[in-house]
Amino acid sequence: MKKLIKKLTETFGPSGYENQIRNIIKKEIRGYVDSLKVDRLGNLIAHIKSKGKKVMLAAHMDEIGIVTSYIDKNGFIRFSNVGGFFPIHSLTARIMFENGRVGVIGEEQRNSMKDPLEISKMYIDIGARNKKEAEKIIPVGTFGCYERKFEDLGKRIIAKSLDDRIGCTVLIEVAKLVRKKVAADTYFVFTVQEEIGLKGAKTSAFGINPDIALSIDVTGTGDTPKARKMAIKLGNGAAIKIKDRGMISNPSVVNSLIKTAKKNNIPYQLEVLEMGTTDATAIQLTMEGVPSGAVSIPSRYIHSSSEMVDIDDVNAAIRLISKFLKTSL
Amino acid sequence: MLLEELSNLDGASGDEGEVREYLTHKISKFVDNIETDPIGNLICFKRGKKKRPTVVIAAHMDEVAFMITSIKKDGTFRFAKVGGIDTRVTLSKTLRIGRKKIKGVVGVKPIHLQTEETKDTIPKFKEFYIDVGATSDKDIKDIQIGDYAYFDTLYEKFNKNIVKGKAFDDRVGCSLIVDILKEQFDYPLYAVFTTQEEIGLRGAIVIGNRIKADYAIILEGTGAGDFPRKDDLPKSPYLNKGPTLTIKDRSMIADRKLLDGIIKIAKREGIPYQFKQPSIGGTDAGRIQISQGGVRCAVIAVPARYIHSPVSLMSIKDYKNTLKLTLSVLKNLTKAGIK
Repeated sequence: MKKLIKKLTETFGPSGYENQIRNIIKKEIRGYVDSLKVDRLGNLIAHIKSKGKKVMLAAHMDEIGIVTSYIDKNGFIRFSNVGGFFPIHSLTARIMFENGRVGVIGEEQRNSMKDPLEISKMYIDIGARNKKEAEKIIPVGTFGCYERKFEDLGKRIIAKSLDDRIGCTVLIEVAKLVRKKVAADTYFVFTVQEEIGLKGAKTSAFGINPDIALSIDVTGTGDTPKARKMAIKLGNGAAIKIKDRGMISNPSVVNSLIKTAKKNNIPYQLEVLEMGTTDATAIQLTMEGVPSGAVSIPSRYIHSSSEMVDIDDVNAAIRLISKFLKTSL
Repeated sequence: MLLEELSNLDGASGDEGEVREYLTHKISKFVDNIETDPIGNLICFKRGKKKRPTVVIAAHMDEVAFMITSIKKDGTFRFAKVGGIDTRVTLSKTLRIGRKKIKGVVGVKPIHLQTEETKDTIPKFKEFYIDVGATSDKDIKDIQIGDYAYFDTLYEKFNKNIVKGKAFDDRVGCSLIVDILKEQFDYPLYAVFTTQEEIGLRGAIVIGNRIKADYAIILEGTGAGDFPRKDDLPKSPYLNKGPTLTIKDRSMIADRKLLDGIIKIAKREGIPYQFKQPSIGGTDAGRIQISQGGVRCAVIAVPARYIHSPVSLMSIKDYKNTLKLTLSVLKNLTKAGIK
């Protein structure tokens, strides 16, 4: 599984440009589902047919990133954020582009180190000697994301875009684990453009019109020095979402997740997330409404180039969702 | 001229009747069906020989303006903004108010009555008032709370190429669609004039629910960025440098295949084009793209300087190039590698 996580997290895939990720997932999941399709917005939808209720599982393929907006005469590239790309994490970080080119983020001279960091005062230096050379390699309108190696620390891992390639990994592993034996009519949906407003979740849910939906995404933790108070710890199990900024989980979905976890001795923790939300928020409001919840993977340093998760939590999420699909709902 | 008449019409969000009526009159002979939906969108349909793809072209009818919120004893009016207007451009402007288009002015104390402290500052918007020349509320006839007030701007030619007017955002899109509808297409085409874009893309939500489209092209008037500045920082879009394409704005990331197809066509036909600065503004495309099972969307816009103010400047050359590009895209939608 770590090999898969490494491949997924080291690959390029900001919002709107999830193609490479989609291809990896297609290859991984093909043998374990009945059908695969890509909808008009680019969502990858894998289906295991069954007579039970329609369950939609969603993890997003896209990651935060940047889009280039202007090249000055010396070949420095100005850019704008794609999703929650935070200036504080990005100074001197490396940015990669779809064509493989890598650049570094630099900043205009600041008057005082106390001045706020602003994306409008930063630029990407791709090593071009002038505008002409830069334009040829990275024209205006090119999307980019962090470039960063996956690190295996044993139980824990560090990588970029674990938000939400770890969710994608969980779904792939669930498909592998259940071997097409499920009680639910299961749709594994790998969504696009979550980071800029849950776009893929909205259209894929419209197409599927599920009876129940779960999103699988990362959540914050409260276990680092002087962290914002939050009852989520790395390594304490899969997080069952109660509420986040965009959604209140459906109580009966929450209860059946808790019941499943207890029955199968799967470690879990309850999540109340004050910032951020997931695809489930968009899915919940589809058509006449979809009872929705989320299984989250606790993660430190979200939206940076070095996010950290615990493999035990990932395994707990995989087991929890697999068992959930096997219970008749 | 179409653009002149459209720019001179008054139609703020929720008050698009004048524009809708004018457009209905102009396009009825070019389309197979016209309908106004409950929220006020004007939906026109043009049959094609083929069944697919279903294509939507859309422009919004509404402009930014003001609304009367109260009538004071002294005969002046308090008012609110409808849509995004810079407070500073409002002072001392003539407005036309209500159905009868009664003239008023946003009053400012003359410089003689200002103190040293106040003469270079801008009062808060809530202190602004409209003055129609009355001395008491008893003098007020034909203006009610809820009436809209519009910049009293008339379209004018600065020279052969540059025109001045209000509401180019998005009457220029409306005008383009009227010109486009004169042509024939071999697939079903919906031409949609939306309402309430300026206060939250509201008409477009209803359009998205209603029409199951394969492609949507949104035609806009967008803000030019070519203001005087010395540093080597982005200034696009420029006036006179052609149709402006959206890569990403606050409401969406444009469909890359469609965008690449548009660029290819522009290059092939030698039509100039430029990009809008990413992450600024939003359009009806943001709603239509994520409607139903998803719609491939792009935005093509005519740049105009000083939009959302009483006086915008636009280039007729840009208009013609935008029309040419959009027509080419629509004619080649299923060829040209877009599909």
